[in-house]
Parts: sequence; C-alpha cells; structure tokens
Amino acid sequence: MSEKKKELKPNTYKFDTLSLHAGYQPHKNAGSRQVPIYQTTSYLFDDVDHAAALFNLERGGHIYSRISNPTVGVLEERVASLEGGTAALATSSGMSAIFLAVMTLCEAGDHLVVSSQLYGGTVNLFRLTLPKFGIKCTFVKPRDTEGFKKAIQKNTKGIFGELVGNPGNEIMNMPEIAKIAHEAGIPLMVDATYQTPYLCKPFEHGADIVIHSLTKWMAGHGSSMAGILVEGGKFDWMQNDKFPTMTKPYEGYHGLSFAEEFGPTAFTMKARAEGMRDFGPCLSPQNAWNVLQGIETLSVRMKKHCSNAEEMVKYLMNHESVAWVSHPSVPDHPDHELAKKLLPNGRGSMIAFGIKGGKEAGVAFINNVKLASHLANVGDTRTLVIHPASGTHSQMDEATLKFAGLSHDMIRLSVGIEDIDDIKNDFEVGFRAARKPRLVSNQ
Amino acid sequence: MKFKVNNSEVYASTGGRPFDKKKPLIIFVHGSGLTHMTWVLQTRYFAFHGYNSLAVDLPGHGLSGGESLKSIEEMADWVSSVIDAVGHREASLVGHSQGCLVTVECTARYPDKIKTLSLMGGAGAIPMNPQLLSLAENNDPKAVDLMMDWAHGPAGHFGGHPVPGLYHINTGTMLAKSRTIQNTLGVDFRACDNYKNGFEAAKKVKCPTLSILATDDKMCPVKEGKKLASLIEGSQVDIIDNCGHMMLLEEADRVLTVLKKFITTNYPPLSS
Repeated sequence: MSEKKKELKPNTYKFDTLSLHAGYQPHKNAGSRQVPIYQTTSYLFDDVDHAAALFNLERGGHIYSRISNPTVGVLEERVASLEGGTAALATSSGMSAIFLAVMTLCEAGDHLVVSSQLYGGTVNLFRLTLPKFGIKCTFVKPRDTEGFKKAIQKNTKGIFGELVGNPGNEIMNMPEIAKIAHEAGIPLMVDATYQTPYLCKPFEHGADIVIHSLTKWMAGHGSSMAGILVEGGKFDWMQNDKFPTMTKPYEGYHGLSFAEEFGPTAFTMKARAEGMRDFGPCLSPQNAWNVLQGIETLSVRMKKHCSNAEEMVKYLMNHESVAWVSHPSVPDHPDHELAKKLLPNGRGSMIAFGIKGGKEAGVAFINNVKLASHLANVGDTRTLVIHPASGTHSQMDEATLKFAGLSHDMIRLSVGIEDIDDIKNDFEVGFRAARKPRLVSNQ
Repeated sequence: MKFKVNNSEVYASTGGRPFDKKKPLIIFVHGSGLTHMTWVLQTRYFAFHGYNSLAVDLPGHGLSGGESLKSIEEMADWVSSVIDAVGHREASLVGHSQGCLVTVECTARYPDKIKTLSLMGGAGAIPMNPQLLSLAENNDPKAVDLMMDWAHGPAGHFGGHPVPGLYHINTGTMLAKSRTIQNTLGVDFRACDNYKNGFEAAKKVKCPTLSILATDDKMCPVKEGKKLASLIEGSQVDIIDNCGHMMLLEEADRVLTVLKKFITTNYPPLSS
C-alpha cells in the first residue's frame, strides 16, 4: 500500500491564539499567567557598560518608560503579530501615532498626499497643524484613485488615508493606491482603526505602515486611550534618496543608519529612538494592559459587531424615517465589491445614515435614544451615535464639510454588541421623536 | 561599509562605528537566506568595545552584489577573501547555522588566519528536508514560513523580542523574503545539503572554539551540535534552555554575554 507523503505546513500560531499569547513569555515573568503591569518609570542598569549599551542600541532592553516599557512592549508585539508586521510602537492615542508616523517620515519642505475622508481631528492635523511644521498636504477623494497619482510631487514622502473613510464609509482602493505609491518610491500609510486586523490586514494589500487608534475596537471597552503604528517591513527605504533621515548616518545615535542596520524594522526603530525620545507620547502601562484585555476577545467581539451591524443595516434600510444608509454590505454601496475583497471577514460596524427631516430630526433622534450613547467615540462594545456636522466635524466650515462628504442629516452609528432587538427598540424611540421633534423634549 | 571581493560589491555592517584597521576583526556570517541584520544585537556591542565588527551579507544576499555562492567551500574561501579585502591578516569568526558550516570550513582551510571560532546553532552537517529544499528552489514563500516556524522555539513563537516592539517571526520572514527566495534560500539550502566535510573540517580546527546550542533547536539539535563540538579540541559548549535555533535573537542577551566573555578572553580588543 503506497503512503502519500504528508505535506509540510507551518505551525505558527493563528489569529485567535496570537490575540491571547503573542508578545509574552510567562517563564520570564515569575510565571505570571497574566501580563504584569510594569508600573515604573525606569529600569536598573547592571553596570555602566550595560547602560551605555542600551543607550547605543547595542542591545535590547528598557531604559525609561517614555521610550519603552515591558507591558507596553507586549501590546506592541501582539498587535505586530496580528497585523503580520515586523514591529510596532504604541502611543498615548491614535492621533499621536499618526503624528509620530508623519514626523518619522517627513521634514520641513516635504509633502503628503492625503485622503479627504478622515476623522475630523486628523483632517485638522493635516490641514492646519502640519503646515506649521513646513509639511504640506494635498487632499484627494478616496475613490479618486487616479487623483492620488496626480497629486504626487517631487517632495511627496507618502500617501495617507483611512481604509474606510470616517464617517461616510468610502473605501480606498488600497491595492491600487499602494501600487501608485510604490511606483513613486513612497510608502502607503493606512489608518485601519475601523477594521482591526480581524477584518483586514492592510499589509496583505500593499500598505507599508498601519495605524490604529487602539481606543476603539481593539480595546473595545471604551476605558483607555491608546494608539499604535505598525510596520510591514517590505518598504525599501534605500531605493531612492527621498528618505535621508532613514538612510544617512544619524547624528543622534553615533552615525547610525536605521535602514542599513535595522532593515525591515527601521521605521519603528527610528520612530521610537527619535520620536519617543523627542516628542514623548508614551502609552501608560496601565492603559496598555487594559487594551491587552480587549484584544484577548477581539475576534469574538468583531464577529458580533459585524453581525449586529448587518442586522441594523437591514432594519434602517426598511425604516420609513431613514432617507439613506451607507455601509459597505449594502449591494448598491459604491464600494460593495471592493469591500468583499478587502474585508472578507465582515464589513465593519460603522453605519452612516440620513434621517428624514434633516438636521432638526437628527438632533431629536440623538437626544431621545437611551441605550445608544451620544458621544465622540466609535468602536465601543456599546452602541454609539453622533451627529457629525454638530459634533466630531463641527470645527469644519460649510465648504470643508461638503468636501468631506458630510451632510446635515447624517447620523454616524457605531453598532455595539448588545442584543440586537434592544438596539432596534431604542432606535424606534429616537425615530418617533424625530418625526415629532417639537412634541418630544429631551429636557 | 562596502568593498569588493572577486570584483563583486560586498556589504558589511560595521555595527555603527567606522572601520579602523588598528582594531582586531570579528566577522559574523549569517544563516541560509538571511542577512547581516540577524546580528544586530551582537555586532553593535563589539563595534563599540574595541573591535572591527563586520556582519557581512554573503554574495547575492541582503545589500551585497553578485550571485549566491553554490557551495560551503566557496563561501569559506570567500570569507577568507573578506579578511584580505579589508586589509587584515587575521580575524575571529562567528557563524550561525549555515554560517557555522562556512566558518568551520574556513577555519580548517586557513588555520593561521582564524583566531577564534564561535558557532551558534551549528552542526557538522545540515541535511535538508527534501520538501523544504524543493519549495525553496521553486521560489515558494512557504519555504520561508516553514523555516521561520522550525527556527523558533516554542517560547520564540510567542515573541518576546529583546528589542521592544519587534516581532521575531515576521521580521525573520521579511529578511528571508527581501530577495528572490530561490536565489538565496534555495541556493543556500542546496549548498548545506551537499556539504559533507563538516566533521573532517572540525578535526582540523585548533583555535579556541565556542558552541552555543539551544534545547529547543529543531534545525540543528543539541546532540548534533555536541557531536561537532566533540571533534574540536578544547571546544567550549554553552546550552540555552527554552530557546530555538534563532538564539541570536530569541536569547540575544545571553548569547552576547557568553560571546563577549569568550572573544574578549581569547582575542582581546584594542584597549582604548
């Protein structure tokens, strides 16, 4: 009897296992099964030689918790492993992760091409704050793939966008935009907060740097601010002369060339060595630990978020008070097919919908739902609602609102993991109030 | 730094310090399909402590030019040529995995040039799994995934990189995929599989030798490393628990501590 030769398969750990274990070895931590919280600012040196070696990046280890911390380090490795990245650097918030990524890449006089559909705070960073540092940006609509190509200039150092735009759910054609970036010899940076690595791994579609606000779905509990940047490790910083701060000897570390010395982890090494040293947006160990608790159940929660979201899409589409619904699962959503390709495990739990009756009805709806929380966050396990034109994007003028694809009737819904019937019942109360805004008061 | 050997450009990391001909030379030779970057947690230390630290990219690998060398013997001769090319008469050699085959063969061939030999995850022979060899020679990325799986011990699979934020397995994967797999890993695996002279070469090694082995090394198990070490007169052996074949990353601090003691004792640095 002939025996078929067994095909070799790698036995590296899979997503759900990595969510629970990656980045941590109990036998090096007194056998503690749970990740310890290293609530400390600084770390003993064995001797002067050891101290010098750590400062010179001659060996790995911790010096000061602004630069790195063992609890935060577990979180960084865990997210890097889940994303399929080589390295990660956690920060105090998603915004500081974006800022750190930009400052690691750019100098005064540089330029970025940026998707126009972004969280309002991010828009303001690119539109108003970065120009103060001499970094200019050109905004392009996320569906205008060719527009990204046209916007690239000689001094462009990267393309940035949210994979699924906030709040309108426009999807960037990441594989095509990555090609455009790579043809120009620049990296693609993607904010994938809405997706988490459970729904999409941007490195598999050409992204080079992935950014998350961990505050959202990754943590899930809505208790802790945190951000992270993750490096894919494929981008060749030495392919051209666009990135001298990565490739040329760096005065701050005895002439170190990050690209030559650290290759696939060069970006993270520079972001930490320079960015955390000089800007210092470090994540507290307590918050890192809190986020780790959330990540342990990431896939379980994301499945429920997505199934509840699809139920809510059906409910809203058939509701007399709803003018329109935007979610990538809707067949007539302009990016429905692209979403199937990029988000095979679910289309996410962010829904935008228009309420009949415009702004006044929107305000009444928001003021009368009780289970859904009205607040400026997304990705909580609880259902959240907001009226972007008067909330998250309220600092924008009329023209900018229009360019960002926002309308006054739009309500942004972050679907939680409560019982779906309870969410629908709550929305019925809101819609009833919206139909009679002057008869129902929230006061 | 860049220099030429056999008319081909060679890249070698100097560990962040300028090359200085007055200082003793240590050459680090990487494993199959990998690059100088695997040595970052050893080379920088020696570079800042009185040595010329050269982590080379073998021809056709990493940032070096040329084509991959097809036999361990050619690689051994090439390492000797590196010593000449940088203007030295002698060197200390450090090898990992395939780099151990290369450095043992080089030491046997050029006994007057090599002052100490440090072997990490070494063996006298590294016969390749036929399926793995075939995958690598056919440019299948699965070869890299399998190598990274087998190269890391159970603890290493969880991560715990000594440099905060770096994730072992994915970093190694990117290094091994940085150039065409069949031209690097494929050629290297075939060279390892063909090489039969390891035990004979070991008998000719007379310089101080250190073998660092790991209890969870599937690729070059402890018993194979011990067998090689037993053939080298006066060879020291250090065994690391809970660690796989990638000990230079998985247990970088331990490796550096042992290596530092061995090299500084047997091949002292230039005192400042």
